[in-house]
Amino acid sequence: MVIEKRQIVIPGETLVSGNEYLPGDGAYRDGGDVVAGRYGIMNIFEKHVRVIPVSGAYYPRRGNTIIGTIVDITFNGWLIDFGGAQNAFLPVAEVPRYINRNEMREYLDFGEAVVVKVWDVKSRGVDLSMKMRGFGKIEGGMIISVSPNKVPRIIGKEGSMVKMIKDATGCSITVGQNGKVWISGNDSDKELATKKIIEFIVAHATITGLTEKVEKFIKKLGLKVNSPEIIAENTDGESEQNVGEDNE
Amino acid sequence: MERMVHPKVYPWRATMGDFIIPNLQKEKIEEFIAENKRLDGRKSDEYRKLVVKDGISENSASAVSVKFGKTEVLAGVHLALAAPYPDSQDQGTFMTNAELHPMASQQFDMGRPGIESVELARVIDRGIRESGFIDFKGLCIKEGEKVWQVFVDIVTINDDGNLLDVAGLASLIALGRARMPIYNAEEDKVEGYSDKGIPLNKDVLSFSMTFHKIGKKIVVDVSKEEEAVSEFRLTIAVGDNGGEPRITAMQKGKSGVITSEDMETILKLVESKWAEMFPKIKEFVLGK
Amino acid sequence: MAVKKNLYTKRESGRAMDEVRPMTAKVGVVPSADGSAIFETGKTKAIAVVRGPRTLHPQHMQNPKNGVLRVNYGMMPFSVEDRIRPGPNRRSEEISKVTEWALSSVVDLSEFPNTVVDVFIQIPQADAGTRVAGINAAAMALAHAGIPMKEMVSAIGVGKIDKSLVVDLDKYEDSLFHDGEGSTDIPMVFTSRTKNLALLQLDGKISIPEFKETIELAKKACEKILVVQMEALKNVNGENGAPKGVPLEGNNG
Repeated sequence: MVIEKRQIVIPGETLVSGNEYLPGDGAYRDGGDVVAGRYGIMNIFEKHVRVIPVSGAYYPRRGNTIIGTIVDITFNGWLIDFGGAQNAFLPVAEVPRYINRNEMREYLDFGEAVVVKVWDVKSRGVDLSMKMRGFGKIEGGMIISVSPNKVPRIIGKEGSMVKMIKDATGCSITVGQNGKVWISGNDSDKELATKKIIEFIVAHATITGLTEKVEKFIKKLGLKVNSPEIIAENTDGESEQNVGEDNE
Repeated sequence: MERMVHPKVYPWRATMGDFIIPNLQKEKIEEFIAENKRLDGRKSDEYRKLVVKDGISENSASAVSVKFGKTEVLAGVHLALAAPYPDSQDQGTFMTNAELHPMASQQFDMGRPGIESVELARVIDRGIRESGFIDFKGLCIKEGEKVWQVFVDIVTINDDGNLLDVAGLASLIALGRARMPIYNAEEDKVEGYSDKGIPLNKDVLSFSMTFHKIGKKIVVDVSKEEEAVSEFRLTIAVGDNGGEPRITAMQKGKSGVITSEDMETILKLVESKWAEMFPKIKEFVLGK
Repeated sequence: MAVKKNLYTKRESGRAMDEVRPMTAKVGVVPSADGSAIFETGKTKAIAVVRGPRTLHPQHMQNPKNGVLRVNYGMMPFSVEDRIRPGPNRRSEEISKVTEWALSSVVDLSEFPNTVVDVFIQIPQADAGTRVAGINAAAMALAHAGIPMKEMVSAIGVGKIDKSLVVDLDKYEDSLFHDGEGSTDIPMVFTSRTKNLALLQLDGKISIPEFKETIELAKKACEKILVVQMEALKNVNGENGAPKGVPLEGNNG
């Protein structure tokens, strides 16, 4: 029996039968069957069967962009809390400029927030880097926490959803794959509106026609929606690429 | 690409224990509150939605669930036979126990109750005991020999800030709705529950409100984030004295100090919030 | 020798011998947790909360090859008629351990070395069968937390009351019935796919043929429980739960 595509599956459930199918992330083989190895949504792509999580904690993956907070400073780097299983480590060599050992605190101090890239995930922890463009310390604005599994919906297809919100509120938005979203604007009301829109998306992440509903919600807040022609419903799975699912 | 150089042993720390708030978030919370706004859209003197659910356990005198937004606490009341204390031979006894259960928060740990649990239980215990809400003489079965011992047990389910007020209210509602057990004197045992409530002095009901100072402002019903950045908190239990609020218990928490302006603001808030909330609280605790 | 009459031919609750009490289940009941669920059978309620994986402290308890599953079961003070003193006791510690073994049989934490996954089970109201209700809730909460699991588990209490084999003992059957051959209580946990026993305890007196029969009864009951667990996990509409309907499509069209 083949389960209908795009269905929520539970551990131990047969996803597909047949040796031509390959178990991917969150799935395993049991005889002729490919079986769910976790709770989530089944996804089949070119005989490749996997289960995409819909709830639960954030698991860092190489290449992810995350937002975290400095919680400790060691002799050769910074420890960063990102709401995950363990703290991550940002080595002093992985920041864009040379930092002397005695100026580490001036460069990044306790409690400061950073946008960083996950460089490596090892059994002992997560290593970070800040060397590339677009990464670094963030100041001002606010950080909201959402379920990491809802991040693809906030981003939307090729970033369309996030762009729509940015256009409507004029705020800058950085979405961390760890479910931390940094919102920064000139006007606190606009920041709050941005927060409300993102929370609306998270609360309605599962409905069809989400883009339309978000547009309506934005208008209800008294804001304008720009260039609707480039906004498409996020349904082709491409957004998963945006959250770094399996892209190593 | 070049590999990074790491120390041999990482000084990994548990994320358990600390609730991390980045500096920018603290600044934003303060900036908002200065404008009488909050990150969740409330005003600084606005409570979250209050939801009460009864019938959590029918095996005890009462057990209720109280929610302020996403903060949820269960409280239950038990009555047991006990000997009176030597210095109050004709009075029942009372004990409050609170468990900040690790299921409720990443920050709560297993094991012996920490100081937070102990403080919570003691503040609630004092608030109820000192207000005279429980009629201890009404809990005496035989002077010098047998009295009822009243237990209030508090279990946290989910912490999203302001556990003190939520747990305090849950305790009051559990007491207000508790059924009196039936005592069989001949066999000296308890035989189920009557349909009567436990003896209470209903007119001295008081409930507690906790005020936090965030930035330069005073805020009620804090979220977990707000709680983490506040300078001090002041919990005030307030009862009814002929239509006027009367303070029955207080507890200041955290290391910040209270200025005279703060105190004036808080006391004004006590008056206005009490007038607004007391009728509702009374109805929750004692029924219509 | 005269054969004694069976003293328990009708259940005190009026249920059929193999009838499970009405069940309800829901996931996402504790918003701040990584996974959570409530499972109720009759008057017995169990809440399970999962936190983790997170770094295990102290460090010497860490396992570099595998994450550690840690279960803590407890009854709320007001869950039974005689108040339960808060904190661990011998009973709750034993139940925590057998539950941990039962859940560990399906949970795979090899991706998360040096971490711990905590499962907290709390009983707000008890009417027998709290450990099995707790395991049913815990399996759902672990799934809800996205923890890798080979399969689900479902749990049931079966037993023998005098000479009758019964399913899902309530408090009367479990602790108040003492006539004839008395009450035999057998909590069992079955894995959902491979149908193996992941927990087994027995307390009482029972013949081997009767015991074999209780295994079959328990298996059948666990099928029904699995349906309730599955439905709760598949039809989530809570803010913290998984979606109702379908949020993502496959990229093969």
